[in-house]
Amino acid sequence: MPSTGGSRILENYRPPFDATAVKRVKALGGIVVGKTNLDEFGMGSTTEGSAYKVTSNPWDISRVPGGSSGGSAAAVSARQCAVSLGSDTGGSVRQPASFCGVVGLKPTYGRVSRYGLMAYASSLDVIGCFGSSVADAGILLGAISGHDRLDATSSDTGAPDFTAHFPPADAFGAKPLQGLRVGLIRETLDSGVDHGVTSTVQRAASHLEELGCTVKEVSLPSFSLGLPAYYILASSESSSNLSRYDGVRYGSQAAAEELNSLYGDSRARGFGAEVKMRILMGTYALSAGYYDAYYKRAQQVRTVIRKSFKAALDENDILISPAAPSAAYKIGEKKNDPLAMYAGDIMTVNVNLAGLPALVLPCGFVEGGPAGLPVGLQMIGAAFDEEKLLKVGHIFEQTLQGHRFVPPL
Amino acid sequence: MASLLFRGILIHPPLLNSSNALFSRKACAYYCRMRTITRAQVATQVNQPPQLKYPPNARNNGLEILLKDYETIIGIETHVQLSTLTKAFCSCPYNYGSPPNTSVCPVCMGLPGALPVLNSKVIEAAVRLGLALNCELSFNSKFDRKQYFYPDLPKGYQISQFDIPIARAGYIDLDLPVEFGGGQRRFGITRVHMEEDAGKLLHSGNGNYSQVDLNRAGVPLLEVVSEPDMRNGIEAAEYAAELQRLVRYLGVSNGNMQEGSLRCDVNISVRPLGQSQFGTKVEIKNLNSFSSVNRAIDYEISRQVLLLSQGQGDQIVQETRLWEEGSQKTVTMRKKEGLSDYRYFPEPDLPEVVLTEGYVNKIRGSLPELPEMKRRRYEGMGLSMQDVLFLANDVKVADFFDAAIAKGAEVKLAANWIMGDIAAHMKNEKLSIDEIKLTPHELAELIAAIKGGTISGKIGKEILFELMAKGGTVKKLIEEKDLVQITDPTEIEKIIDKVLLDNPKQLEQYRGGKTKLQGYFAGQVMKATKGKANPGLLNKILLEKLNAKSS
Repeated sequence: MPSTGGSRILENYRPPFDATAVKRVKALGGIVVGKTNLDEFGMGSTTEGSAYKVTSNPWDISRVPGGSSGGSAAAVSARQCAVSLGSDTGGSVRQPASFCGVVGLKPTYGRVSRYGLMAYASSLDVIGCFGSSVADAGILLGAISGHDRLDATSSDTGAPDFTAHFPPADAFGAKPLQGLRVGLIRETLDSGVDHGVTSTVQRAASHLEELGCTVKEVSLPSFSLGLPAYYILASSESSSNLSRYDGVRYGSQAAAEELNSLYGDSRARGFGAEVKMRILMGTYALSAGYYDAYYKRAQQVRTVIRKSFKAALDENDILISPAAPSAAYKIGEKKNDPLAMYAGDIMTVNVNLAGLPALVLPCGFVEGGPAGLPVGLQMIGAAFDEEKLLKVGHIFEQTLQGHRFVPPL
Repeated sequence: MASLLFRGILIHPPLLNSSNALFSRKACAYYCRMRTITRAQVATQVNQPPQLKYPPNARNNGLEILLKDYETIIGIETHVQLSTLTKAFCSCPYNYGSPPNTSVCPVCMGLPGALPVLNSKVIEAAVRLGLALNCELSFNSKFDRKQYFYPDLPKGYQISQFDIPIARAGYIDLDLPVEFGGGQRRFGITRVHMEEDAGKLLHSGNGNYSQVDLNRAGVPLLEVVSEPDMRNGIEAAEYAAELQRLVRYLGVSNGNMQEGSLRCDVNISVRPLGQSQFGTKVEIKNLNSFSSVNRAIDYEISRQVLLLSQGQGDQIVQETRLWEEGSQKTVTMRKKEGLSDYRYFPEPDLPEVVLTEGYVNKIRGSLPELPEMKRRRYEGMGLSMQDVLFLANDVKVADFFDAAIAKGAEVKLAANWIMGDIAAHMKNEKLSIDEIKLTPHELAELIAAIKGGTISGKIGKEILFELMAKGGTVKKLIEEKDLVQITDPTEIEKIIDKVLLDNPKQLEQYRGGKTKLQGYFAGQVMKATKGKANPGLLNKILLEKLNAKSS
């Protein structure tokens, strides 16, 4: 199948191999229906960065589906397929899941092989799952998980059947989540988050309490450091990972008389503005004299963030927060304001920096569009604790009353 | 003039002063084979005049005088291509000379989505070489990305090791060849690190296009960086030769400079004696043999000394120069415009490389006897340095020698046979010592048979040839061909009597004064005995008979 990564530089490129995740889906009888749209090379939060088309949000086609895996979220939301795969480097599965009212699952880093995933930021990338229910997302995760000898960063931790221990719906009882300690991240309810989102998430927290959880506010003081650290690390690694797109061996090649023009023209023509910007930022951050101040420093911040999450998850079973500071916005609204677009990643990037698993599931609506706009609740678990996350999510979803997350198409 | 600056390593001094450029190139071929020719010749030419202390060279006296006032600082970076079954980060095999792009996969081609996975044999080879070079190993090291754009670099970065190489701070001991004055040297090793090779570019004749062959992309390399301890071309060439010896002994690489499995880049600077500040550093590339290393350095030293002595030191710039084999000189390749920024950062796709004491000890225990140890052991056995260097040069030859000694062969005799007739046979048939049919055991048997008088030395040589070509055992050959030496004086006397009887004319001539005919009679006796008569006895009895009064 053609694989463009949403970029012109891979126009007409057909890979000679399947990604391990895809191989495993096919081996279990999965039917690949098609490929979906995305922000070019996973860089962006709206899918407007695709070189080919703009994807609409099924809840309001004048709004973005989120990104970078907006196409995969929209496809599941619009019921064009049962489940889909996406990639999550800074929230690219979770934020579109929230915008499109579907379930988005980001596994622990290393849970799923990255072999075959076009690399954006190697130490942050994971392959994630979309489904219209938590159970579906969990089944897909089970299909693709497990150690892969072709990925040196894939974990040896065995891949269980993630949905095996879901209690049947009629056996929930009154307080199915009795004793579960839930931490609501205080820093995610600050100003800067839409009022509608905050109240929806707080109603979700109440729902969890009804199910027997103890919900407390927890503070992660290093939370705000995540965004700049993320953008330095992601840009740096991506500037390196995208060096292979040079027009020499595959993809789109510009006609040129000598080498530098071949490189320059192929890449100038093939890459979009967002990609070029991140490559430039990353190259700068890795340059001689700047490595210590930027990349190294960002890695140190990353360690601080990882430690603070670990401490919080020692005290709590899961942490919760909104998946995004707002619901889906209009197509074109953030196009000329990349920093504003980046700011929307605040809820999600820390999870990638810490390598933890997270589940986003729709928990309510805010005003907007023909039938309201969905809002997702993010649940963050300890490393390799997807089973618990999915169980909690499943019970939450099955007991949530008064909402039907099917877009009015 | 290039021909004046060329150092011709010649056996025959009278050919020294030719300035014919064509001759220079031929002589260059001699030098490449010098090692084997010299040693084989020396082994059989016992009565050679003593070797010159310094190699004869074609430089004029003026330059010689100038050179005395300058000191050269040389360091060498060597890339050793490992002979692992598969590449460093994928399962592709590597075979030198395969059709282009037939040994590639998504990983070594840098396709989207491909990931590297380390071949554990690369670490094993690195630890082996690090230990053999007496280095300190880094028990925790990592890989880094070295980033630059070039068509033979598929990912746009090379996976290498930057700030934490797997081994560092070692040294190598070697012996300089006898014909260059001999002597021992110790050169420091700064670091050894693991990295992957790039592909190959093939440029079209007219320069209109170039083609990329990625067969070699991803092949594992060990980069060995020496301390700037070498002071002249001989030391540099011998350092490179010892590294080659070492990697072949260890079995980590076949070390062929011609194939590119051993590549040397030389860094050289010259300064007036006594000056503490280093001169400008020049890098020399495209060195395809040890003799090129030697000659390129000599040329470069002369070039720089001439410029410095004429006050034109500012014309020496920090640059990379290519050695041109044809014209025998270095030429500018590219000027270094400052240091390249490779934007190193730790490779996120590969985990840390962690060594354990147990792993390292196991490897240390499995190291073979290294060249330096072998040389010292052979020296201790009483062999001359010439013999020591020959025998220890090739691990297979050394193993053959050791095996023969173990079977009881006398040390000096075994050495002589190996360096003489056996080496000559190997050269003629283009075989290595493990490919000839002669076994160390049979060599020992042969030596014992000659020593014990069972066969003569001459017969021994014939048997040797047969053993090398067709195999078999000494015992059987002696039996089959009835080669046992005749040592019974009575028997010899009988045959001598017959020969004298059959050649009355020559006998008369001999008794008339032509004493040279003794050789003729001896030859006839040998013929009659099919070469089996003991020569000593033969001549003793013959002489008696010849000089006896005619009966």
